[in-house]
Amino acid sequence: MAHVVDIKKACAVNPLKMSQPLGASLAFLGLDACMPVMHGSQGCTSFGLVLLVRHFKEAIPLQTTAMNEVTSILGGYDNIEAALLNIRKRAAPHIIAICSTGLTETKGDDVEGYLVTIRKRHPELADTEIVYASTPDYVGGFEDGYRVAVTAIVRTLVKPLPRQTDQVTLLPGSHLSPADITELREIIEAFGLSVIVLPDVSGSLDGHIPPDWRGTTLGGTSLQDIRAAGASALTLAVGEQTREAALALQDIAGTPFEMFDRLTGLEVNDRFLQCLSQLSGRPVPAKYRRQRSQLLDAMLDGHFYTGGIKVAMAAEPDLLLAVGSLLHEMGAELRCCVSTTKSASHALLPAPTVILGDLEDLERGAADCDLIVTHSHGRQAAERLDKPLLRIGFPVFDRVGNAHRCLVGYRGTMALIFEVANLMIDQIKHHHADDWPLSPEALRAAAPVATPTPTGLAVASA
Amino acid sequence: MSTLLKARIADVFEEPGCDKNQGKSEKERKKGCTAQLAPGAAAGGCAFDGAKIALQPIADVAHLVHGPIACEGNSWDNRHSASSGPQIYRTGFTTDINELDVIYGGEKRLFKSIREILEKYDPPAVFVYQTCVTALIGDDIEAVCQRASEKFGKPIIPVNAPGFAGIKNLGNKLGAEALLDYVIGTVEPEFTTPYDINIIGEYNLVGELWQVKPLLDALGIRILCCMAGDGRYKEIASAHRAKVNMMVCSKSMINIATKMEKRWGIPYFEGSFYGIGDMSDSLRQIARLLVQQGAPDELLGRTERLIAVEEARAYQRIEQYKQRLSGKRVLLITGGVKSWSVVAALQEAGLEIVGTSVKKSTKEDKQKIKEIMGDDAHMIDNMTPREMYNMLRDARADIMLSGGRSQFVALKARMPWLDINQERYHPYAGYEGMVELVSQIDRALSNPVWQQVRMPAPWGDDGETLGAVATSAPQATDQQATRFLSEVAAHALGLVPEEVPA
Repeated sequence: MAHVVDIKKACAVNPLKMSQPLGASLAFLGLDACMPVMHGSQGCTSFGLVLLVRHFKEAIPLQTTAMNEVTSILGGYDNIEAALLNIRKRAAPHIIAICSTGLTETKGDDVEGYLVTIRKRHPELADTEIVYASTPDYVGGFEDGYRVAVTAIVRTLVKPLPRQTDQVTLLPGSHLSPADITELREIIEAFGLSVIVLPDVSGSLDGHIPPDWRGTTLGGTSLQDIRAAGASALTLAVGEQTREAALALQDIAGTPFEMFDRLTGLEVNDRFLQCLSQLSGRPVPAKYRRQRSQLLDAMLDGHFYTGGIKVAMAAEPDLLLAVGSLLHEMGAELRCCVSTTKSASHALLPAPTVILGDLEDLERGAADCDLIVTHSHGRQAAERLDKPLLRIGFPVFDRVGNAHRCLVGYRGTMALIFEVANLMIDQIKHHHADDWPLSPEALRAAAPVATPTPTGLAVASA
Repeated sequence: MSTLLKARIADVFEEPGCDKNQGKSEKERKKGCTAQLAPGAAAGGCAFDGAKIALQPIADVAHLVHGPIACEGNSWDNRHSASSGPQIYRTGFTTDINELDVIYGGEKRLFKSIREILEKYDPPAVFVYQTCVTALIGDDIEAVCQRASEKFGKPIIPVNAPGFAGIKNLGNKLGAEALLDYVIGTVEPEFTTPYDINIIGEYNLVGELWQVKPLLDALGIRILCCMAGDGRYKEIASAHRAKVNMMVCSKSMINIATKMEKRWGIPYFEGSFYGIGDMSDSLRQIARLLVQQGAPDELLGRTERLIAVEEARAYQRIEQYKQRLSGKRVLLITGGVKSWSVVAALQEAGLEIVGTSVKKSTKEDKQKIKEIMGDDAHMIDNMTPREMYNMLRDARADIMLSGGRSQFVALKARMPWLDINQERYHPYAGYEGMVELVSQIDRALSNPVWQQVRMPAPWGDDGETLGAVATSAPQATDQQATRFLSEVAAHALGLVPEEVPA
């Protein structure tokens, strides 16, 4: 139960946080044949695009309404209209997903109103779904933007349908990688259930070579599947940030939901499998019983290196909770925890305090720690402090394979334990024969007496 | 936008040193360089991005971004401009404004931020960058910076280039204006020599400046300051005492060169460090202008002797690649770097250029490309990713050189790609750099991985081989695929093929 401290600094130094529109864009990238658009000036999109490309090492479709100083004052109606028509003509996406930015929110653009007018004036857009999320840069952070966007997708596109008893909807948080989502899908399907993942970056950002060039997202949740979510028997929500969308699904289609604040760790996965088993009426498959046993063994092997270590962590709330809780369960002490934005997750974190701050706060708190855990921007601090860095979250731009790194399920938990333990093993000092020299006094004392003459004489000759 | 900023943008657009600008009619020129962007069909950075790129390589100052988290939180720490000492320029500073700041104004937070930075990090100066939201709510960063300068006794430099002002290139120029208004000429150098030069528009990406500096050192030429790669505040503040200015490549900061000529009579020339011939020409120009400015004549002779030695050495080192690279076709998609200087360099290695983008080139640049490549030079004004992809897929090029944004066009077409933009890891400047570029191209082309990734799946469902498979490669049919699998199974089971049950 962590106490949340909001640091009262005027200047953020080495930001941990990223903007809401960027988080919203990640959610939109998990929809198939979609074109995400940021309603703002070019830079808003360009910065986000560069980060997404460097993390996923993939081409990222992301557009901008290219606001300039005149349209910023007069309002962005024309830009949104032109953007929608341009995108439809060039890329013909099934969905155009728009999020606002600080610029257009400060001006006060009524995008929802614009969209109503545009719909009326342009019947040619009738075959294109348009989703809008309000995500000012100066409120919240990455995770908030993702939350708002997923909720907007649900509210705009899902309608109630007749119940399918063997179908579930999975709402993954923004901290889940494509590999995490694939792992969860496989687990759910192993119970004979069919699953709709919303949004599903495992289809679009999992690093595959498509047969042809497309301007939109390649894979992800199809429009048909998003709509079909209205028929699911249960929603599985992973991460506090998905609660709002789960509530929206309950609201719209009457779908009950199960919240999993994390799926990294032993006990939470037990609960997850139990839930699936009850829903499907099937026993837990042998494969996962075996994996559970392997995880237990991994925890035993790993705890020697994680027990008692002091950790400084900085991440978005849900990831902080997932990785922090596992480290705690493995005997580590969460000495310094930094988060980006307010979240109910913080209440569950097994640490005395959580700072809403930046990487400068992390660097200060990490001085007497054994391990730093944060995204790639933490590498400068880790270098300066000469401490190992476990890279987690977004962005991880100086490592390849981020899309295939799995941290959920028994298997993912096991992989994370090994990764941390191996980092700590690298820190074990190797001793050399001359590591423990005797003191000069001890050496003198131990030295053979040169001649068996009386002491006084020996001293005189020395 | 403030009238001050408006006036400055108009001034930047009038730029007499920009040929492209001078080639336009007066009416067109007034409209400036900001081509109207098409919403939903635009990409690239904004003016704030441009200003930050131009100035951030100044290594010993704190760069503070006044705006919401997007502007710095999403962009800091993503460029490789090297510093030989201070690291504070790599620290991300932002006021990260919230809703209350948007309503009540963020000036107080900005002032406090400056104080916090000076107290904690004590840099020689702080650069404060304006952004869209804080400009829109009317925060007067010039006034805050002036007040902070007076109060704290350190230069606090406002950089007024909010994103919505225009494109990245405009931001470069506005960043340069900030140096002209507040920095250059404010400090006297400890001493001067007849061999002092400034280098403008060079950002020391992956340490490229250091591939050139030893040549200048050997000639006794001192880089009084570089704007802005590996730059120091004091050096830039005393840049007005240089004898010669060199504008590197892109015209991003040409306003500095023209205005320094006007104010302090410093002649400038435009040169490039990319390409062997260009490198030599730049050395000659520097020497010639220095002599013209009063340096001893003997500099010219020493320069020629150095060029002769270095060129011979570079060609000799490139020669070893020529055999393997001759006839290989290159598709060149460049941004700011003058296309023709890279073209010349690649031809030195026997490579054939099948196309080069001229998106940001001037009329003269295009003329030069024609001179080098002949009239049938394939110049591409604006190529869509799909066109690039098709060109590569049809194997009309063997390798693509471009910036990181279009890398996946090549990689998804399973074709070699080399980064020649700012996010790259290898330095390509000077004689050293050209040898490095050629060796990197060779490394990329000769990597056996390309054979691997173009291999069709034996079971034949990876039918899309993208035309990149050698015609001799066996095309897997269903029958072949089955046979292949049964052979694998046979080996695995230790059986001869005939014994494998159907």
